[in-house]
Order: sequence, then structure tokens, then C-alpha cells
Amino acid sequence: MLKDQDRIFTNLYGMHERTLKGAKKRGHWDGTAKIIKNGRDWIIDEMKKSGLRGRGGAGFPTGLKWSFMPKESDGRPSYLVVNADESEPGTCKDREIMRHDPHTLIEGCLIASFAMNANVCYIYIRGEYIREREALQAAIDQAYEAGLVGPNAAKSGWDFDIYLHHGAGAYICGEETALLESLEGKKGMPRMKPPFPAGAGLYGCPTTVNNVESIAVVPTILRRGGDWFSGFGRPNNAGTKLFAISGHVNHRCVVEEEMSITFDELIDKHCGGIRGGWDNLKAVIPGGSSVPMLPGSVMRKDAIMDFDWLREQRSGLGTAAVIVMDNSTDVVKAIWRLSKFYKHESCGQCTPCREGTGWMMRVMERLVSGDAEPDEIDVLLDVTKQVEGHTICALGDAAAWPIQGLIRHFRDDIEERIAHKRKTRRPIAAE
Amino acid sequence: MLRRLHPDQPDTFAFAPANQAWAEAQITKFPEGRQASAVIPLLWRAQEQEGWLSRPALECVAKMLGMAYIRVLEVATFYFMFQLQPVGKIAHFQVCGTTSCLICGAEDLISVCQDKIAPMPHGISQNGKFSWEEVECLGACANAPMVQIGKDYYEDLTAKKLADLIDEFDNGKIPIPGPQNGRYAAEPEGGLTSLKEYETGALAYNASAQTAVDLQDTVKRIDGTEVPLFTPWLSNTKKSEKA
Ligand SMILES: Cc1cc2nc3c(=O)[nH]c(=O)nc-3n(C[C@H](O)[C@H](O)[C@H](O)COP(=O)(O)O)c2cc1C
Ligand code: SF4
Ligand code: FES
Repeated sequence: MLKDQDRIFTNLYGMHERTLKGAKKRGHWDGTAKIIKNGRDWIIDEMKKSGLRGRGGAGFPTGLKWSFMPKESDGRPSYLVVNADESEPGTCKDREIMRHDPHTLIEGCLIASFAMNANVCYIYIRGEYIREREALQAAIDQAYEAGLVGPNAAKSGWDFDIYLHHGAGAYICGEETALLESLEGKKGMPRMKPPFPAGAGLYGCPTTVNNVESIAVVPTILRRGGDWFSGFGRPNNAGTKLFAISGHVNHRCVVEEEMSITFDELIDKHCGGIRGGWDNLKAVIPGGSSVPMLPGSVMRKDAIMDFDWLREQRSGLGTAAVIVMDNSTDVVKAIWRLSKFYKHESCGQCTPCREGTGWMMRVMERLVSGDAEPDEIDVLLDVTKQVEGHTICALGDAAAWPIQGLIRHFRDDIEERIAHKRKTRRPIAAE
Repeated sequence: MLRRLHPDQPDTFAFAPANQAWAEAQITKFPEGRQASAVIPLLWRAQEQEGWLSRPALECVAKMLGMAYIRVLEVATFYFMFQLQPVGKIAHFQVCGTTSCLICGAEDLISVCQDKIAPMPHGISQNGKFSWEEVECLGACANAPMVQIGKDYYEDLTAKKLADLIDEFDNGKIPIPGPQNGRYAAEPEGGLTSLKEYETGALAYNASAQTAVDLQDTVKRIDGTEVPLFTPWLSNTKKSEKA
């Protein structure tokens, strides 16, 4: 188990002093100017060495992403945009950072912006997080007051402004180009790529979009060294990670742990085990609503919670939002609810997604009630394949994968339900 | 779902003076010529003031930002937090129905709303005080099931607790938000498994609930005097431009 001294988010639960003074006591904002004076190349190298992969779901190497930003300005400013939209069902980790440990994020914004030649950073937080917005803004105000951001930020010689902006309840605005559209004051409709944001992002200027957690871990990594961070987890899966565990465990929680921790250790150490015991485990969605579920049998023994192991099982770590379901769960219904979610959240600009999500939801509805024909399962699977990979953004894929995972692992449950319904269906009296 | 403006519209809309100043401060976050970026915060503030978004409010925001009315209408109809019809006078309840909450009992919470508020979502209770709807994941899944009421999250709920909350609001009280089962925030329900030595200096409530308790504005119609917006980024005048 990760030791407290190796935890980055030492005020995750907000039980410690939440002010700037408290943050400084815990080691934040320590030697920030020195880090910045080491220069861009050093910072990006160190980030590459750390092995940090983006915490927003896709797991793209953070240092590499930063290196795509232009080194010299062609007259256009560069921007860092922090993705605090946190809307992937199951995910509730960035919230804890923003309300309880906000200075990790603010210091990270300064350093990351400097490394990308950006003097301005926007944080886009989901609209519903009203109190979290107030807490984060209060921390930003404190940082301005103390000269840690603003002109000559933290005496680093770098001028830096940081603005908090918010959405109004649209999951799609978590997709990075939809987020930029929304930030420009439009409907959150994803853009075609290329051009990628590093070439033309916010207001047509070079932009990098990073998740809250990806940015908030940066200062600690640079203070303690990339090698320190990469010492946790298996190769290619480095670091510590916030896990959010919801559903049928005894003690649900958000907790920082070492990457590549086994599922049983995570659950036994922090969550007090599975509700009703390990034999009662039915299924797990290991990384937020977009990744396929895995059956309890796969997760029970030595399942490794990292990008590569979960991908080998044809699932994914995603946002490390772990949704645990015990034997009392109607897994078909659980996935139907996700289909309803994706239908609700599709922005509607691509036909396969707009029509497909509604279509898939309606078939899922019939699978839940058992009113489908047995061969509809294969038709449904086929439709998911037609949506997957044929849309502008990954919401189409995200809508397809949970259904594929359900059919892959719980086809028997679905078929049984249909068969049972047929048996009990009352013959219609001829009138 | 079709999202249209309500058939019955008020004649006018104007921001309260402090809200107007707040809105003008928001606009300074964006570069010259990019004022449209402020559209969501301004619409949101209009809704916080009135409870819902009317056509005159959209027109007012369009004018302030130099945007075509149709562009503002597009935004108002695209984002689901915007209420395009009147809501309950005291509070609008947003019940999370997505999977983590579903498997922890969200359907029971919805039944409570149907019983105690209105049978259909967006319906208004007979006494005019409450309305409700089912929403998608609110990002508090480790504290499921949960409901957003006004500005605040009420977490770790049961049907009974939610029914009690509705009664308290009905009696003019503001129940303390956050976990309703004695938990502080999103730490393990059984007690801390990490960060034990940091369990010092804790205020009575987690950061979200503490603000609510301090400000008492959970279901208040916001007039701009509640939470100031400073603009320290404006030149060197570190002066807090209260909004
Ligand atoms: C439909 C959709 C929703 C997304 N929602 C979020 C989100 O809420 N938060 C987030 O950080 N990333 C989200 N992403 C991923 C972002 O597009 C982007 O990859 C990420 O912010 C990059 O940050 P990172 O490299 O630090 O992970 C979403 C992607 C898609 C396709
Ligand atoms: S895949 Fe869906 S959400 Fe993404 S751009 Fe297309 S229609 Fe919009
Ligand atoms: S599923 Fe309800 S808060 Fe996330």
C-alpha cells in the first residue's frame, strides 16, 4: 500500500487546513520559481521521465503532449486549458482536488503553462460543481493576493493569468475540442481533427487541454523528480493515481494509490471488501462508463489496475472510476442506463452517433425486459460496430463499448431472460 | 428531448445591480473581441437570479455580449442546466439517475420526488414550492445516491432522508448539505485508511458544505451580494472590484 509520504494529494478529504497557508505547510508552492528557472526543456524532459499518462481517460503521455506546443510564438498566444468537466459516470476525483487541495492544481497550471509558453490558462469546470468552483476561485484569489500568480508569478519572471470558467451540464464538453467550442461561447460540438489543438485550439491559437489530475500532480513530480514518480506502478503505467470506487463495496471512497495495485488489494484495504463478500461480486466497470465491464471472475484474483493490464482484458483504466456490482445487480439494466446516458449526451452532429445511440438504447430497453428476439443480440452487436470508429469524436465509441462488454461477458444472462419471458408469455386468446 | 422557450414569457429582464457588475467582471476574463466566451456564466447568473431563463433574459445577455440572439438561443437550448420553464419557487431537485446512483437506490429517490413533488419531471408541486428532474451523473458517485438541490449536493441518501429533506425545505429550513450519513467527504465510509496524520485542523464540514453553511444561499435567488468576483488580473490595481 502506498505510504502517506508518497501521496501527492495530502488533503484529499479536506480534513487538513484548506487555505494557502495549509497548502504551503504541506509542501506546495515550495521552490516554484526554481523549478521554472530550470527551463522548458528540463521540465518537459522530467515529465517524460516521470512516465505520467493523461488522467482524463485516454492515457496519452503528458510530457510528449506538451512537446507538441510551438517553442516560439508566431504572434499568436498559446493557451493551457484545464479540463475540469468531470462528467464520465463513475468519476468523482477531480472534484476532491478542486475543493480540498486546489493549490496543487493552481501551482501545476503555472508550471505547465510556462512549459508550453502560455501566459494564460483557463480552467473549465462543469456547471454543477458550484461549490467546487467557489472553493477553487477562493484559492485562485489567494494565489493572486500572495503574488503566486499574476505578473512575475511566484517571482519566477513569468507573467501568468489564470481564469476559472464553467459549463452548464453537457457531458460532451469534456471532449477537448467540444470544450474549446464551449469556452468560445458556442454549443459544445466536437471539431474535426486535424487541426489538433496544439496547432489551432482556443481562438485558433496553439492550445493544450489536460485533465485536472494530470496538471495537479506536476509540481510534486518536479519537486521529487520524474524518477520518483515512475518508481510507482509497472513500466509504462507509472505513478500514483486517484481511484474512485462506487457501487457495492462496503466503504465507497476516492483514494490515492499506486498504479498497478491489484483490484483485491484496492478493495480490501480501502473499501472494506465487496458487499456480502467476494463470492458476491458479479461485475466491475474498472474505468468509468466508457470502458467495457469485466466479470467478477476476472477481477477477483490478481487483476492489475493499470492501463495495459486492463486493455489486455479488452477493457481499460479510463479515469480509474471503479464501479462495483454485486450479485443483486441487474447488469443488463446497469448497461441500459449507460446507453440512455449516451443517447442523452450525444451532440447530434454525426448520424451514426445521433441515430445509433437512440437505437441501441431502445434495443437495450427490450433486453432489460426480455421482450427482444434472441437474434437481436447479434444485430445490436453489429450496430455497435457500425457506430464505433465512424464518428467525429469518441463518444460514439464510448456508447458502443459498454454494450459490447455486456454481450461478451453476460450473453447467457440476456438469453436466459428472453427465454424466460417467452415461456411465461401468456398465449393471446383468440377473440 | 425538444428544448423550447416557454409559451408564457415575462415582459422584461434586468440583472440586479450587483449581478450586473458581476457579469461585467466575468467578461474581463476573455481577450478583446471574445466577449461571447462569457455567455454561459451570464445566462447562468440570469437563471440564478430568476430561477429559469426567459426570452428577455436571453435578449439581455445577447445585447451585453454583442451576440446575435439566435446564437444565445442555441446555447440556452443546448446545455441541460438551463431551465427554459419556471421551476418550484423554493427549490428544484436534480436527482442523479446514472449507473453508480442507480445501483445504490436512485430509483427510490425518484419515487419520493414523484410522491412528494410531482408525478412527472419538470412538474411543479401543488403548493408551487418544488419541482424535480432526473439528471445524468453529477460527479459524486462515491457518495451515491445523491441529489442536487439549488447550489448544493446532498449525498449518501436514502429515500427516507430525501423525504425528510423535502419536509425541512417545506418548513423554510436549509438542511446542511454534503453526506447525509455522517461521512465528512469522499473518504472511506468506515473511517480513514490513509492520510490519518493529516486529520487535523478540520473545519466542521467539507469544503462544499462549509461554504453552504457560511453563506446560507443553497436555494436563494442570487442577487450578486453572496460571492464576490474579484478581478485581480486587471492591470496592477489589485483592488478587489466587488461584483
Ligand atoms: C465524450 C468525451 C468526454 C470526455 N470527458 C472528459 C472529462 O470530463 N474530463 C477530462 O479530463 N477528459 C475528458 N475527455 C478526454 C478529453 O478529450 C482529453 O483527452 C483529456 O482532457 C486530455 O487530458 P489528459 O491528456 O490530461 O488526460 C473526454 C473525452 C470524450 C471523447
Ligand atoms: S460522436 Fe456523437 S457526440 Fe461526438 S461529435 Fe459525433 S454526434 Fe457529437
Ligand atoms: S452516477 Fe450519480 S453522481 Fe455519478
